[in-house]
Amino acid sequence: MTSRQRIYLALAFLGALHASVLFASFLAPYEAEAQDRELPFTPPTRPHFVDALGRFHLRPFIYACAPSSMPAEPCVEDRGQAFPIRFFVRESSPGLEMAKANVVDQGSELRTGESRREHRRLLAVDHPARIFLLGSDGLGRDQFSRLLHGGQISLFAGMLAAALTLGLGLMLGAFAGFYGGWVDHLIMRSAELFLALPWLYLLFAVRAFLPLHLSAVQSFFLLIAVMGLVGWARPARLIRGVVLSARERDYVAAARGFGASDMHLLRRHVLPQAFGVVTTQAGILIPQFILAEVALSYLGLGVAEPVPSLGNLLAELQQYHVLASYWWMFLPGVALIPVFAGYYALANAIHERTGVVQT
Amino acid sequence: MGRYFTVRLLHGLFLVVGVSVLTFALLQLAPGDFFAEMRLNPQMTPESVAALRHQYGLDRSVVTRYLLWINSVRKGELGFSFAYDSPVASLLWARARNTLLLTMSAMLLSWLIAVPVGVVCAAKSGGWYDRLCSSATSSLLAVPDLLVALGLLFLAVRTGWFPTGGMVSTGFNELGSWDKVRDVASHFCLPVAALVLGTVPVFERHVRAGVVEVLASPFIRAARAHGIPRRRLLALYALRGAAVPLISLFGLSITTLLSGSLLVEVVMSWPGMGPLLWEAVLARDLYVVVGAVMCSTLFLVGGNMVADVLLFAVDPRIRSGG
Repeated sequence: MTSRQRIYLALAFLGALHASVLFASFLAPYEAEAQDRELPFTPPTRPHFVDALGRFHLRPFIYACAPSSMPAEPCVEDRGQAFPIRFFVRESSPGLEMAKANVVDQGSELRTGESRREHRRLLAVDHPARIFLLGSDGLGRDQFSRLLHGGQISLFAGMLAAALTLGLGLMLGAFAGFYGGWVDHLIMRSAELFLALPWLYLLFAVRAFLPLHLSAVQSFFLLIAVMGLVGWARPARLIRGVVLSARERDYVAAARGFGASDMHLLRRHVLPQAFGVVTTQAGILIPQFILAEVALSYLGLGVAEPVPSLGNLLAELQQYHVLASYWWMFLPGVALIPVFAGYYALANAIHERTGVVQT
Repeated sequence: MGRYFTVRLLHGLFLVVGVSVLTFALLQLAPGDFFAEMRLNPQMTPESVAALRHQYGLDRSVVTRYLLWINSVRKGELGFSFAYDSPVASLLWARARNTLLLTMSAMLLSWLIAVPVGVVCAAKSGGWYDRLCSSATSSLLAVPDLLVALGLLFLAVRTGWFPTGGMVSTGFNELGSWDKVRDVASHFCLPVAALVLGTVPVFERHVRAGVVEVLASPFIRAARAHGIPRRRLLALYALRGAAVPLISLFGLSITTLLSGSLLVEVVMSWPGMGPLLWEAVLARDLYVVVGAVMCSTLFLVGGNMVADVLLFAVDPRIRSGG
């Protein structure tokens, strides 16, 4: 396979992964925050095709959990009644039901909102059965739904932070390389400082100086800002190198001779040379930032409950009994493997194609 | 020779001072502090909180605080911890020693694995062994560190082969000295394994790439033409030729290893700097945070010094006055 084909393959794979978390509210059978306190730590629900009488069903079905007195076995299938899995179900969001209960007298307003907030789900089962494709957590929340919604947060946090870092790195690296002199010295010395520090220590230090308790939206954007500001040094250094060699080229001198401004030179003649470096760095930085988000949220310093992120989904494993007994709680971490593999494959393929040295 | 080491030493000093200024500049941005939460405590009057803040110098400007901190560094205290009510240095040393034990063994073990594997892969580049290694390293690279650590912990819990956290068992003090070593060693396996699994793929790839490049160079062909046996060629000639970039990698990889160790220590509750820093961040114990960051910078500068000495020993270009 040529490197070009591999780039497209990796892009398609990553596109599919991102699309699946982007359409989380369609693919997930439940809301991320929906709880069922009766069913904590339920193992993944098994879809059946053959019922108790040995008949084959084309439409898969599940059994509900029988109420059991044994705490060690939270879900024993009640074979008495089968609950068929329904596909492409139209559903109004439970948030609305709550609102309906609270605001009874404003019914007219609500009815207009109802039709808008109705949406489809890929699959659903009737009450009281619950479909937990990847099991449930300690509060009886569907792990699969939380994984998709959390993936949305983690993957896009990584992407936005990488965009911020690369933008900053591109700007500073271009200035340093293009103007040289004391600008170059100042930027490169501070880059050395940032490069020297272990990035997790740096991230922790920056996090220490921010307020501890934040709303989910605030913490999401602060996290992106912190990660993005911490990582600029490496791309800046690489881009500076590219700019340094590009500005000495004859065609740049020629363009300058024709009276091109600095900005024009940078934009049209110098920075396009950095395309390979920037894209390769993106493929390396995005997984690193996803991991940073996961690490910080795991430690309770990132995105806060009840909003899911891959990191705070894993945080339940800090409890010994969860770690020891419920293997499906590891799945949010396992879900990162294809994401990382996809990004690294992309970075490798781009690197091979553009032939840029990555240090 | 003297010039080379002076320049490297000055560079290290610049890093240490720069990092301390940077962390204090961040301190300036911090909204709220350790005593901010005390204000909510009904048993504390605002005056006593203000008095405490005054006592610890938190009401001074950031420049004064920096100078005060420098003064306490000179006295060997590294500032004062609010939460532990003791000088930071006394908290830090034991933790730093444990982190150093962990990271240094992981570093050593990683190189011991990566160098032979990388050299063999490079020698048989394109063969089945090489392809096996490269697919193994790429799959290891794709597994996040956190998951590796959690997975190993899960393994320990399920099999019971290893203790599941901490550095010593309960009743450690009653053990004999040999049993003490064995106890620490058994606790030490899992965190080191987690770190090694994270670093070996990176090292192995660099070793392989370096040796492949050297093997293609003319002096190797000349050496082969002289009939030098292949093993000797690989071990002495090729590896030595690839040594310079690998030593630079050693210097650079310290930061990665320290970051990885931070996470592994917290997950496996190894009493190193990781848990200390984590708790300090949660308690807003700012001087402990500064102390831990400075300590990691010192490790780094120390590691870079070692790398510089090694480079000096290996690279004749530096010796002849570069």
